Amino acid sequence: MTAQSLTESPATPPLVERVRQDFPILEKTVHGHPLAYLDNAASIQRPLAVISRVDAYEREGHANIHRGVHTLSQSATEAYEAARAKVARFLGAQREEEIIFTRGATEAINLVAQSFARPRLREGDVILLTEMEHHANIVPWQMIAAATGARVVAAPVTEEGELDLERFGTLLREEPVKMCAVVHASNSLGTINPVQKLVELCKTAGVPVLVDIAQAVPHGLTGAYAAGADFVVFSGHKVFAPTGIGVLCGRYGTLETMPPYQGGGDMIERVSFAGTTFKAPPARFEAGTPHISGAIGLGAAIDYLDSLDLPALYAHESALLRYATQRAAELPGLRIWGTAPEKVAVFSFTLEGAHPHDIATFLDTDGIAVRAGHHCCQPLMQRLGIAGTARASFAFYNTFEEVDRLFRGLHRIARIFG
Amino acid sequence: MNAQLADLYQEIILRHHKSPHNCRALPEASHRSQGRNPVCGDEVEIYLNIEGGHIRGVTFQGQACAITRASASMLTEALLGKTTGEATAFAETLLKELRAADQTPEAPAHLNGDLRALFAVGRFPARIPCATLPWITLKAALAGQPRTLLSPSAK
Ligand SMILES: Cc1ncc(COP(=O)(O)O)c(C=O)c1O
Repeated sequence: MTAQSLTESPATPPLVERVRQDFPILEKTVHGHPLAYLDNAASIQRPLAVISRVDAYEREGHANIHRGVHTLSQSATEAYEAARAKVARFLGAQREEEIIFTRGATEAINLVAQSFARPRLREGDVILLTEMEHHANIVPWQMIAAATGARVVAAPVTEEGELDLERFGTLLREEPVKMCAVVHASNSLGTINPVQKLVELCKTAGVPVLVDIAQAVPHGLTGAYAAGADFVVFSGHKVFAPTGIGVLCGRYGTLETMPPYQGGGDMIERVSFAGTTFKAPPARFEAGTPHISGAIGLGAAIDYLDSLDLPALYAHESALLRYATQRAAELPGLRIWGTAPEKVAVFSFTLEGAHPHDIATFLDTDGIAVRAGHHCCQPLMQRLGIAGTARASFAFYNTFEEVDRLFRGLHRIARIFG
Repeated sequence: MNAQLADLYQEIILRHHKSPHNCRALPEASHRSQGRNPVCGDEVEIYLNIEGGHIRGVTFQGQACAITRASASMLTEALLGKTTGEATAFAETLLKELRAADQTPEAPAHLNGDLRALFAVGRFPARIPCATLPWITLKAALAGQPRTLLSPSAK
């Protein structure tokens, strides 16, 4: 036995082999090798169910919504609103009108920052974030801090990549915090934050809280809104839907107090040059013609998830992460970043002597897609004292064999760069 | 190993990556610039000591991939002793050639030595900016700009 095969690779369950058939792209070859797509945290692939639903809409169902009395316009409107209802149920919203369609998590956060937080902030107030936020959950807050004189404060993260809960609590008590925004699951390290606890701490302190569930939802963690978060946001393309569609979900009573984010058609009650009155949420926040096919695709993605044996599939994902974590011990120069006990299936690492970009180029020629760099988390990388990592992020359609291929590649890279 | 990959990470590049030449700060530098590739966050800093119009010292430092480190290491060797005018012209020609490397995979005839190895990036167009970053930073240093940011779509 060589050092490379000390751990025997488990068999991939038949259930997973069946699910793989739902994803046409997984049959692709890259540089002459079967594609091993391990960049799911950046964007996940689409199942046929979503592709054909969007295709059917484009072929037979397309018209503008909320605007026409004709048949097609009505059916498009119904399909769009049906998708909203599915998302509401998916997140445990109290009513459908709590769901606002956006371009993605990024736009949803900007909407909350500009329409909710900005008018409520005064000079010296604090916006509390964590060191493990994605740039999408940092920059919008910095922009309104600059505009209002508020300060952005980041709760620290430990060497293991866990949020320092105690410091988070202290900051909430001791700083004049008026808004809090935290990630549920970290895209760069995989850490799952104790969202129930975080929401409770914010509630006790009387601080509104937005939870970024962009990386939680793809792994079945959809409970942040039901746990009491004031706002949750996610992107469709990370959960089997098309790009360009995302969701903001917020308490209806709060949404009603917020001014529009953008102006245009579909969000007004009546327009005159003497003054314009706005519609109630969610229409107030959906100015202009929305991404109709994207919303319908997101609805189809939720239907697809509903059709699966999710507990078994999420257990498989976790098994992939455990297996990769075990095998990491074979390579003395490999260091895993993010070793929290609770993690989504994200395997972030560095390899001594080899820069993450070189690792990604090498793996790519083996048909293995991984991401390299700072993963839009530069402050976190600075905190950990590294320039970046290479990241394999798993979905439930990945196999143990793909993890084996990843390690075969890493052994080779270690030999060349070591 | 795939032949194109072998081409890119041939001995020459790996040697410069593992033991780069002139990889240190230059305390007596008269010019310096820090270049950054926003896509990956890689950074390279070029230090120049220019006396009487000639480059008398050139070093680099940075957190970067093998391609960028090798390119920077080669840069320091290629430019020592050149006049600033010669260095600018050399950098401009090389940048033009590297940016077109995905069209013409052969290294240009006028080049000799290790620099020829850089042209293997032509087969990995996503990595062309890794090779150009040190040279863009050099131009900024010569122009007296302390910081340069590669534009995300730049090569
Ligand atoms: C945790 C997290 N938040 C927010 C985003 C931003 O998502 P999008 O670019 O789809 O708006 C991402 C995407 O990488 C993410 O991982």
